[in-house]
Amino acid sequence: MSNILAIESSGLTASVAVMSNGRLAAEYTVNNKKTHSQTLLPMINEVMKALELEPGELNCIAISCGPGSFTGLRIGSATAKGLGLALDKPIAEVSTLKGLAYNLCGNEGCVICPIMDARRQEVYTGAYEFVRTGIGENYEIRENSKKDSVSDFEMKTLITERAVPLTEMLSELEKLGKKVIFNGDAVPVYKDIIAEKFSLEYSFAPETLLLQRAASIAALGEKIFLNGEAKDADVHTPVYLRKSQAERELEEGRT
Amino acid sequence: MEKEVLILAIESSCDETAAAVVKNGREVLSNTIYSQIDLHTLYGGVVPEIASRKHIEKINQVIKTSLKEAGVTLDDIDAIGVTYGPGLVGALLVGVAEAKAIAYASGKPLVGVHHIEGHIAANYVEHKDLEPPYLCLVVSGGHTHLVKVNSYAEYEIIGRTHDDAAGEAFDKVARAIGLGYPGGPKVDKVSKTGRKDILAFPRANIEGCPYDFSFSGLKSAVLNYLNSCKMKQTVGNNLNTDNERQIKHSVYETVFSGDDLIDPEQGVTVADVAASFQAAVVDALVSKTMAAAKDLGYTKIAMAGGVASNSALRAGMKEACEKAGYSLYYPSPILCTDNAAMIGCAAYYEYIAGTRHGFDLNAVPNLKLGER
Repeated sequence: MSNILAIESSGLTASVAVMSNGRLAAEYTVNNKKTHSQTLLPMINEVMKALELEPGELNCIAISCGPGSFTGLRIGSATAKGLGLALDKPIAEVSTLKGLAYNLCGNEGCVICPIMDARRQEVYTGAYEFVRTGIGENYEIRENSKKDSVSDFEMKTLITERAVPLTEMLSELEKLGKKVIFNGDAVPVYKDIIAEKFSLEYSFAPETLLLQRAASIAALGEKIFLNGEAKDADVHTPVYLRKSQAERELEEGRT
Repeated sequence: MEKEVLILAIESSCDETAAAVVKNGREVLSNTIYSQIDLHTLYGGVVPEIASRKHIEKINQVIKTSLKEAGVTLDDIDAIGVTYGPGLVGALLVGVAEAKAIAYASGKPLVGVHHIEGHIAANYVEHKDLEPPYLCLVVSGGHTHLVKVNSYAEYEIIGRTHDDAAGEAFDKVARAIGLGYPGGPKVDKVSKTGRKDILAFPRANIEGCPYDFSFSGLKSAVLNYLNSCKMKQTVGNNLNTDNERQIKHSVYETVFSGDDLIDPEQGVTVADVAASFQAAVVDALVSKTMAAAKDLGYTKIAMAGGVASNSALRAGMKEACEKAGYSLYYPSPILCTDNAAMIGCAAYYEYIAGTRHGFDLNAVPNLKLGER
């Protein structure tokens, strides 16, 4: 029996989902101007009310742990840490990029490449593929099984997450020699450059799968929780993939 | 017997990650502060992004330590108090999001607190007799305000700085005379060996605003004086070229001590400059506070904020208050610096007045005093 609350606030969307025993019980995503600080907890409250779940019934908090907007990540992380502290429940840290890639789970034989606008002419990115491990037989009872929600596919990391200029990533992808599907908020920003520079076959994810969604964080977070890999809420901190500007300037000034 | 009210308070508006448990607004059961000051010393001031990163890393441990030291659990707590402004927005957001999540998960009411109201309320901890109305001088790195505290929930600013905050002036001058960061405590310390009357720095008066402050003119006067010493080419002796090179490359580190000479011709030391500058700040703060008290009929004066632990300010204000027959209140240094106990005190008075914030509470970096 497990109820996983997933929080995604790394980018433009604020998103909350609940995964109950391998079933996506709720997902609530808002892509609007209002700040995550104001929207996130009221969204959690509404989702929990809709499911008639008490906070105490949660087993784990899954958090989209970065990379992404530094402030956005911290709003999500502080929310998750506060819930973890008050409920004495662990945190499943899910890479934001893996979460984005999971939006496109099930696409066989191709590479999934999420690209997030990291400013300063860079993207946060990684490359992943989904390998089929069965058909349907894994969709059985989850109550007593250690199986994660969609176990027909295993997610493999081909290029680890990083902050790089897009063109550098495109050359890395070309070495893989497979068709690529891009998603993430940098798609609208860089689609012309991809069209111009990328030599392999590619496509872009549809709008519904383009941006961060808490359902994906919930699915991956559930797996982490069931594998016993969730962390104590106290030690969780976001993965920024980048130092602060002041630290970079100090290092540059000293070298 | 009145019911006991326990507040768990969280403060993260600048570079201290803090939590506290406060009973009935006046009794501090625990006051946990994780100071990041060493991290920021390298940069000569608080770097907002670094502060925010440290807050998120430490906040749970700080809260847990605070509950443990108070000998309570979250179940015993009646409400969660949190600073929601003013301050660094990224830093504030960590405390606000954490506090909201705890309030939600534990079903406790949430009370947002104004950081400056917290500083003022710090006085209640050690002065059980202090009750509004009184006049409070709030002086810190970010604020210089003269505040009429009309009641526990009603504050009115009658004097403010037109440029730098008092603490900011301390930091800038400390940097310029090679004392490093944080400026306030360092200037205070070396000033004890300096002559405060040797250099006549200006005390600004602002036309038509008798209770307002200005420290930029004073800061410029100090910088001009330092430049004139350099122009005289007298920067010799202890200020050798190595030191100068160091200043250029790392203006933020401590490179001089109080005995170093600024003007060897006249025998003026770093300590003399510090003491003369500090005397000018203290004079301005004391004279305007006393003028306001006299004009408005206050006999109770309080001080709050980081600069309120400056020894010259305490001595100067004490002398003036004794002369005028006023009572003076100020918190111990640990309660002057940013801390959560003071937020717990302020939150208590908000809580019993019925203030409750919703889950949509946001950080407000420029929150005005008295705004609800």
